[in-house]
Amino acid sequence: MLPWKLAVRYFRSRPSSWLAVAAVALCTFIVVVVLTVMNGLVSDFKEKNHLAVGDCILTTDSLVGFPDDPNWLALLESQPFIEAVSPAVFGVGLITQTGADWNIAVQFLGIDPVRHSAATGFGRSLHYRKNQPHLAFVPSYAPNEPGCVVGIDLAGISRTSQGTYLHPLQPVPIRLILSSFPLTPRGAMARGGTDLVNSKTYYLADDSHTGIPQIDGSMIYLPLEEARLLAGMDSPFPRISSIHIRFKPSVGLQEGVEQVRKLWTEYLDSRRNHPYFNLLEAVRVQNWLENRRSRIAAVEKEQTMLIFLFLMLGIITVFIVFVIFYMLVGHKSKDIGILQSIGMSKIKIAQVFLHFAALIGFCGTLLGAAGGCLFLVYINPIENWLFERFDFQLWDRTIYAIGQIPNQIQPVFLLNVGLAAVAACLAGALIPAVQAARKETVEVLRVSQV
Amino acid sequence: MKTIIEAKNIHKSYPMGKQTLHVLKGISLKVQTGSFTAIVGASGSGKSTLLHILGALDKPDNGSVEFEGKNISNFSAAQLNRYRNQSVGFVFQFYHLLNELNVLENTLLPAMITNGPTGYLKKKKELQEAAAALLERFGLGGRLRHRPYELSGGERQRVAIARALMNKPALLLADEPTGNLDSKTGSGILDVLKELNRGGQTIIMVTHDLRIAQMAGEIVHLEDGRIVETSKKS
Ligand SMILES: Nc1ncnc2c1ncn2[C@@H]1O[C@H](COP(=O)(O)OP(=O)(O)OP(=O)(O)O)[C@@H](O)[C@H]1O
Ligand SMILES: [Mg+2]
Repeated sequence: MLPWKLAVRYFRSRPSSWLAVAAVALCTFIVVVVLTVMNGLVSDFKEKNHLAVGDCILTTDSLVGFPDDPNWLALLESQPFIEAVSPAVFGVGLITQTGADWNIAVQFLGIDPVRHSAATGFGRSLHYRKNQPHLAFVPSYAPNEPGCVVGIDLAGISRTSQGTYLHPLQPVPIRLILSSFPLTPRGAMARGGTDLVNSKTYYLADDSHTGIPQIDGSMIYLPLEEARLLAGMDSPFPRISSIHIRFKPSVGLQEGVEQVRKLWTEYLDSRRNHPYFNLLEAVRVQNWLENRRSRIAAVEKEQTMLIFLFLMLGIITVFIVFVIFYMLVGHKSKDIGILQSIGMSKIKIAQVFLHFAALIGFCGTLLGAAGGCLFLVYINPIENWLFERFDFQLWDRTIYAIGQIPNQIQPVFLLNVGLAAVAACLAGALIPAVQAARKETVEVLRVSQV
Repeated sequence: MKTIIEAKNIHKSYPMGKQTLHVLKGISLKVQTGSFTAIVGASGSGKSTLLHILGALDKPDNGSVEFEGKNISNFSAAQLNRYRNQSVGFVFQFYHLLNELNVLENTLLPAMITNGPTGYLKKKKELQEAAAALLERFGLGGRLRHRPYELSGGERQRVAIARALMNKPALLLADEPTGNLDSKTGSGILDVLKELNRGGQTIIMVTHDLRIAQMAGEIVHLEDGRIVETSKKS
């Protein structure tokens, strides 16, 4: 009680304590704002990848794919823990237009749009056919022509400076010629001797916006059978490149993946006599995180880097608090002597300074966290205002696929930051407090007599 | 008469560069309960050092201090704190009040330390009344909420005496309590001490002023770290 009383009085009477509070508040503010935005961006990016892949994926690195077995797909679909299954064919190719002298390297994915929308976020990524995935490949302006869905950035949809895409009311009638290189199951060029390249014309039916630049900038979606022909995966037996799976909502991700893995191992055992068993053997069962690891890791690396930087910031705060307390103990050495001379114990004297530090930490955190939350709530209006007034944008929306700046405040994170800030203050005050307690009574009282 | 405190052959020296400064060279002193003892001597003769040792603010290199028959060198840290808190009251030349606390709180400090948080809250009213009564007695009844820096030197010294007396210590130690005051204010403080002594309070006071020492019942002359003369008034 006496330590608290003195701590509060010291706190109120010393201007330097407000300096320490400001330092802690500033640090807390920055950490809360930046890490909240960063966490938001990372989890947003993860969610986009999750939607693009589905919960679980069976995939191979080989461009020739693996045998497509309707029995295996039926087995998967009959599992009570599985909600949807979508096989897909992947290939690479070039697009161009009639008479044009340019071409662009693209990737294409052959899917059944309805199944793929059930297993992944494909349906939601569409613009014109968002709620009608069964019509995804039907160009509204030419319903009887073959259609394709093009990644939004590849489709050349323009964007405002705020980041919103400006779609025309109808898809623009574009005719694209897609060429691909069919491969045999052994990886050789198929249909050797005839025409080495498969070409087909498609009309742009819709665009797809996954929010992942690498996909939106280079992917073309086609009907499964069309893609299969282009990639040469139709002969001598039908092949696919991946199977996307969505689990029932109640099923845990790891638990579901384990079950699929078990089923796959059993299936693999039963297919040992298949002439292309090696293709089946190359198939991996992954959850979406494992599948997109390389992309997500890059972002997470930045996040870790930031957290590390803020750890440094925390150390600086500790140092500031340390300096302020070091000075304070110097100033207050007479008081320490007085308190000792009337019988206050060393522990209680150390407590005075530790309570003082806790007060600074508490006030600083409270101010910083409150300021940070307030700032986050208004971060988007503030950014809009800055943009309108000064043409300043945190992220150039014509380059980055970010809509609003994420500002979801997480109470647990806030609590952790608060605890860390108070702990940092206590750490900074610890040495001066111990030093204060260890002072010799007469020494300090004598010094002030001179 | 009973002996309240006894110093036996106290030695104290301080390192001074390569040499050591031998400040106290075998001091033996007996003080009776209820007496008023003045320690006089030139500046640097070791008066303050001796008083600090008696008040357990410092430790002797050699020799012992016995308070009510107990050797305080054998005290644990907790016992020493209790000794400083309850058995002796210390008055310094420079008052040594806490600027962050008001007059009443400064006076209450020793009681807050004795009782701990719960004990203090329980007895708060009673203790505050006792402190206020002490301050009233020293003519500070109207200044309870003032901060020390708002008081004159004499007033501050009276607050310091009130604080020293708060826990009703058996022994009051005063190190040049008038040293920093003009003679008129100083004699006011001495009157307070005299009156306390008449009421039975044992006092040991350090001064370099022989005239001030005259008012004490017993005068101990210190010279070069030794007691050279002890005179007693009848
Ligand atoms: N911590 C210390 N380190 C070194 N020397 C010290 C220390 N404390 C006291 N001294 C020395 O011991 C001697 C006695 O000091 P002390 O304060 O006891 O004298 P005093 O009689 O009270 O003098 P004054 O009347 O000036 O207060 C002085 O010469 C002082 O310099
Ligand atoms: Mg002295």
